[in-house]
Amino acid sequence: MLSSAATSIIVVLIVFFLFMEGAGVFTKKPIEDGFLLAVSPSNPVKKLEPSQIKDIFDQKITNWKEVGGKDEPIVLFRTSDISTYYTDEELGENFEFFPAKINELISKQPGIIAFFSDKYKAENFSGRELEINKIKVFEFLSGEEWFPTAQPIAQMGVKPLIYGTLWVSLGAILIALPIGLAAAIFLSEIARKKVRNLVKPLIELLAGIPSVVYGFFGLVVIVPLIQSTFNLPVGETGLAGSVVLAIMALPTIITLSEDAMRNTPRAMKEASLALGASQWQTIYKVVIPHSASGITAGAILGIGRAIGETMAVLMVTGNAAVIPHTLLEPVRTIPATIAAELGEAPNGGLHYEALFALGCILFIITFGINLLVELVSSKQKHKKH
Amino acid sequence: MHKIETKNVNFFYGENHALHDISLAMKANTITALIGPSGCGKSTYLRLLNRMNDLIDGTRLEGEILIDGENIYDKNTNAYDLRKNVGMVFQKPNPFPKSIFENVAYGLKVNGITDKAVIEERVHTSIQQVALWDEVKDKLKKSAFELSGGQQQRLCIARALAVQPSVLLMDEPTSALDPISTSKIEELLFELKNKYTIVIVTHNMQQAARASDNTAFFYMGRLIEMDKTKTIFTKPNQKQTEDYITGRFG
Repeated sequence: MLSSAATSIIVVLIVFFLFMEGAGVFTKKPIEDGFLLAVSPSNPVKKLEPSQIKDIFDQKITNWKEVGGKDEPIVLFRTSDISTYYTDEELGENFEFFPAKINELISKQPGIIAFFSDKYKAENFSGRELEINKIKVFEFLSGEEWFPTAQPIAQMGVKPLIYGTLWVSLGAILIALPIGLAAAIFLSEIARKKVRNLVKPLIELLAGIPSVVYGFFGLVVIVPLIQSTFNLPVGETGLAGSVVLAIMALPTIITLSEDAMRNTPRAMKEASLALGASQWQTIYKVVIPHSASGITAGAILGIGRAIGETMAVLMVTGNAAVIPHTLLEPVRTIPATIAAELGEAPNGGLHYEALFALGCILFIITFGINLLVELVSSKQKHKKH
Repeated sequence: MHKIETKNVNFFYGENHALHDISLAMKANTITALIGPSGCGKSTYLRLLNRMNDLIDGTRLEGEILIDGENIYDKNTNAYDLRKNVGMVFQKPNPFPKSIFENVAYGLKVNGITDKAVIEERVHTSIQQVALWDEVKDKLKKSAFELSGGQQQRLCIARALAVQPSVLLMDEPTSALDPISTSKIEELLFELKNKYTIVIVTHNMQQAARASDNTAFFYMGRLIEMDKTKTIFTKPNQKQTEDYITGRFG
């Protein structure tokens, strides 16, 4: 009683902190701490969306009128561009005149947009600091670009990561479920006792192998195999991730389904056979319906492992944060992103919080799947009795 | 010709010699009761008649079992077709976790009957045959588990009848039932006798005496004697039979 209450509290706390940290990404300016964007004081544009700023610096937007300003070509200025305007002598030996020169440049160039560090901001700064809108939840979810460390503005679009996660997991479950079910049927209904006693412990042993080892296996065996089979430039693809995950999910699916199938009462199977049903008809019409809840449990746990699995996927999927069109392209999943980037993200910064927000999304996805399966299986049970 | 004929049957579970040289014959449209103490081989024998023992690993049969003159253990005999002809009712009611209707329709569906009208007709007749119709006609869609034990057992008999067998094997069909349900099933046996050849394993001496035409007494894997039920229960040939039916052992 006490321990289960404690467990519940811990779970709630973990989820609470996850969401609290994750929410931070929507309350911060999406610009790196200590940097600012400034424009000429005569420029009427006061506020920009993060995506507009990115397009400006990518030179997709080249005129201020496209973002609601005057008809004036945009002049980009990064700190490193200063040498095209001023000589080293003009800037001083230790860049002591840097702030003044930026100030001068901003007032001279009506079309400028300048990105520079706070410490170069002059005391009598004459430019106008540009306001940047915060990242909106919708943008976060639907953004198609994930460049959390891009300058001047971080791109926090998680769509490719969500897609990558779902594609790889879906692929894994599509591979693992039929194979797992077939193996479970074989072990429980067809194999002789000797075979079962030999094979089942082996399968259970598979569950105990560390995921990094699966990753190695994938990297050494599956990745080259996929590369040569499909004649691809790289073998590190979503499919490689799916295959590795499927292998990892198999022991769970097989063990749980097989246990459930073996629990089918003998009387029920004999009743079916005594009516002239073949062994396959009996498996299909009696054994599988009877063990449906066990099979579903195996599938949920299998999917759960697939969606949450980090290391093996990180090693074999290629990790390109691009929306995949087929499973034969490199993809990047949410857990792999978190694992790979958290170490580099400054504590408490925007990137750090974006990774927590990714964790929230992962949590919501798995929670949603569990809920769905729970609903479906409870409905089935209701129908059965 | 005899409906069922067993010639010198020996049966083994692995090394265990379970049935010794059993030879007996049953006429069509009779009820044969198999009696004997637990472990005497009567259920094993019964399960040979629809090849149910095939499902157990490491079993072996010697001798011949003929139904309608054909050796059912012949290589050309299909066990699934055989089981359609030789229905079975088990010790405990074992309906499927499906509706009452689906339970009876199951055997028809697995045997490839898809015509809904035919299925419905057969399900209705089968349920009527076991005198269950009035009790379940309003709840055919309900789960079979909602029925009482006796009703479930009659449903299982209806399920076996639906595939239109000519032989019905019953393995202690009333041992899990109360006296009223038991007597209903015994009454049913008399009616079914007109259409089917029935072999029933029972521990209940009165049941064998009341319900069967012939009785076979098994002991330690051997057939001790088989005769008209009346003879067995009044003046058996063998001392062992007399001891058993008078309750001196077993």
